[in-house]
Parts: sequence; structure tokens; C-alpha cells
Amino acid sequence: MISGSNLERVLRAGHFAVTAELSPPDSSNPNDVQRGIEAMAGAVDAYNSTDASGAHCHMSSAAVSALVAQQGLDPVLQISCRDRNRISIQGDVLGAAALGTRNVLCLTGDDVVVGDHPEAKRVFDLDSIQLLRMLKIMRDKSMFLSGRPLTDPPRLFLGAAANPFAQPYEWRPLRLAKKVEAGADFIQTQFCFDLPRFKTFMKRVVDLGLHEKVYILAGVGPLRSARVAEYIRSNVPGVRIPDAVINRLKGAPKGKQKVEGKKICIEIIEQIKEVPGVHGVHIMAYKLESLVPEIVKGAGLWPRPAVQIPSLNGPLPLNP
Amino acid sequence: MGTIGQYLRNRPRLLERLYSISHRGILRLSPLIEKIGFERADRWLQFPEELTKRLMFDCTMCGQCILHSTGMTCPMTCPKNLRNGPCGGVREDGNCEVKPEMRCIWVEAFERSQRMTLYRQEMMDIQPPVNRQLEGDSAWINMLTGADQRVSDGWDR
Repeated sequence: MISGSNLERVLRAGHFAVTAELSPPDSSNPNDVQRGIEAMAGAVDAYNSTDASGAHCHMSSAAVSALVAQQGLDPVLQISCRDRNRISIQGDVLGAAALGTRNVLCLTGDDVVVGDHPEAKRVFDLDSIQLLRMLKIMRDKSMFLSGRPLTDPPRLFLGAAANPFAQPYEWRPLRLAKKVEAGADFIQTQFCFDLPRFKTFMKRVVDLGLHEKVYILAGVGPLRSARVAEYIRSNVPGVRIPDAVINRLKGAPKGKQKVEGKKICIEIIEQIKEVPGVHGVHIMAYKLESLVPEIVKGAGLWPRPAVQIPSLNGPLPLNP
Repeated sequence: MGTIGQYLRNRPRLLERLYSISHRGILRLSPLIEKIGFERADRWLQFPEELTKRLMFDCTMCGQCILHSTGMTCPMTCPKNLRNGPCGGVREDGNCEVKPEMRCIWVEAFERSQRMTLYRQEMMDIQPPVNRQLEGDSAWINMLTGADQRVSDGWDR
């Protein structure tokens, strides 16, 4: 065990892991975070706290992660390169680790132009691969990027993203290889609606032997309606939704599109479970958290292994 | 930018050879440049270097050129300044997330690198964080002094 996180333990024990995205609130009220956690209670192994996703302001990912950890649950701290430089990120990571964060997801980040503050300065001091390597250095060499020593390094399970559905397609498995080399322990992918494209990607990943070096969680999620699906398709960077999926939602009886969206999500998870090299799913149910337990049950992934997180400063459990 | 640049960038094999030749040429000139003094040479070179590289690659003078490792396509022209490959926001038509009218520079870099022979494999190298202190310098001089190869003490190549 590198980090002792619940997610790491579940994956190393050979379970098919389930993580889910926790939508951060537009408020300063911790109860709003609590409600999101309760909606998904018992259904997931770790909770991703997004970092101003879509470049929209919300409660910070470090704070949401700390609130998750306070509940004895396992957060995945998402870090985007868009808003902070290397000085700020390293400090935040130490702080988040001190407050119980053991998983981190390193992201490039959606650009400011797609968000609610398009006039903001984009930072991108590092890219996601440099960010991954920097956190690996902090963890494994117990030092800052500058070389200055850390007296107590952060114990982190390092994650990175992959988008098999964005151009240039042939480069995507190679980019994954670069992320593995930079230090990725696990991968969470973009929304997977285009199964043939995903299978082509995974075949190459398996041919490269990457599935033996990194745990891969495929991104999935329920679509609320055809209208929402069309909005996501044209406004959220990097998400591809085939016409067939949208037509299926449109074809659902009046008022039943949400149910159909959930059904599609469950079917996709069932197909993903059969794809060689996949170790779990990452459910992104933006403002539909209450559907997550139903999806997990529907896909035959219930019950989840009991959450186990060693105490903050205690010794790490040995490898299972 | 210019059509000359476009013409040249679409000939990555020619460009990588030109790069290889000029790289060796500059190394051979090293003793002479050292005599002139690196700082003085840097001042002399900044303008002509910026002019030629801007015409050819839309260079922004990051001072640590890795063109040959990125398909002879300048990674600093990516709006997110990514040096290790494309983000997940590339559009279905291969255009940029930030500038929908622009082709993603990493789509171009990947295509061009596939046509290269000398430095094709370097696309797989992990590029260290940018040293912002070198911005505005002559990358040619930084190459000779080794300044462009220096990384933070914690970083391991």
C-alpha cells in the first residue's frame, strides 16, 4: 500500500471499484456537502471532489475532500492546472493530506473560456503530467519540487485522467503510457458513451501492457434528458455522446427520460465490466447523486467492500 | 501565422533535418560565441532568433526550445501551454477547445511527428516544467550554456 486509501485497498484486493463525483456546492454550508455524501452513502469506494470543473466557481476541492474525510470516508482530491501555480498546488496538497486526503486526481483542467469567469487569467504553470510527477516526487522523495526536504511526505494514491474520445485518437493510449511513466497509480476516464471507441482504446492499452501497471476506471454517468445530453455534448469540452443515445432518450415516454438515462448508464457499466483491462467505474452524476445507489445496485456492484481507512498518523497496513 | 511558416511546418522531415544541421552548427560555433560572451551573444541573437522563429513557428520565446521533441510544432502556441501532449478537450474535428477556429497544435504535432524519423520517439519524453526565468532569452544560447536543461533540484529526468 502506498497511501492506505480505501480506493487503493479495494483495487489492490482485486475488487471492481466504484468511485463517484461529488458536486461541490455554491455555498459555504458544510451540510450541502453532507447531503451529497448521504445521497451516495454506501454505494461508492471513494468520492471525487471536483476542482471548479467546467471552470465554474464552487466550494474548493480541498475543503470538500476534508469534509468527506471527516465522515470517515475516502475523498479523491481533484487538482486542475488552470488556477494555481506549482507553489500553491504543493501547499494545498500538504494541507489536504493533513486533513485526510489520500487520493489525488491530476487534471489539465477545462479552460477559463468555458466557465463563468471567462475574463480570468489562465495559469497552466504546469501541465497534468508535470503535476503528476511533482506529486510523485513529494511522496517518494519526500521533497518539494525545489528539492527542499519534507519532514513528513504526503501518502498519496496518484490518479490521472484519460479521454479516449478526443482527437488524436491514436495518441491517447500513448498519452496514458506517459502518465503511467510520470507516476499514475490509477486512471479515471472521460464519460464513456461510445463503447466501440472505448474498446479500441482499451485494446491498445492492453497491448501496451498498461493495464498491468495502472488501475483503469471508466467514466460513466446518467443523463437526465435528451435536452441535457445535447447541452453537455455541445458545451462540455471533450464529451462525446452518440446520436443513438440521444435518440433513445428522446424515444422514452413523457417524463421517463431520467429513468431511461439511468437504464442506459447501467447497460454501459455492464458492457464495460466485460472489457479487458478495466478495473472499475467512475460515476459522474452531476446533480443526480441520488441515482448512484440505484445504478450501483442495477449494475450488480452492490454491496461495496466495507470502507477501511487507517488512522492518519498510524502505520500503513501491509500489502494484502 | 505566415504562409512561409505553414509551408515549412507541413514538411516536418525537412525541418527536423534543418534543426539537426543547425544544432550541430551552433555547437561548432560554441567556442566563438563563448569568446564573444554568452550574455552579449544573447542580446545580439534575441532579435534575429525571435524574428525567424516567430515567422516559422509562432515562437513566443520561452527560451527553452523543445520543437524537435514535439513534432516540430511549438507547444507554447497551445493556449494552455501544454508541453506533454493534448488535453482532453480537443474537439471532434481536431480543433482547439479554447480557440474553436484553430487546429489543436497537438493534433498537428502528433501527425507531423509520425512523419519524422530523427526525433519521432521524443514525443514520448516527459518534458519538465517550464523555467519561467528563461522567458525572452535566446534558446540557442541557453542550449549552449545548458540553461535550458537545468531543472528544479527535486525533478528527476
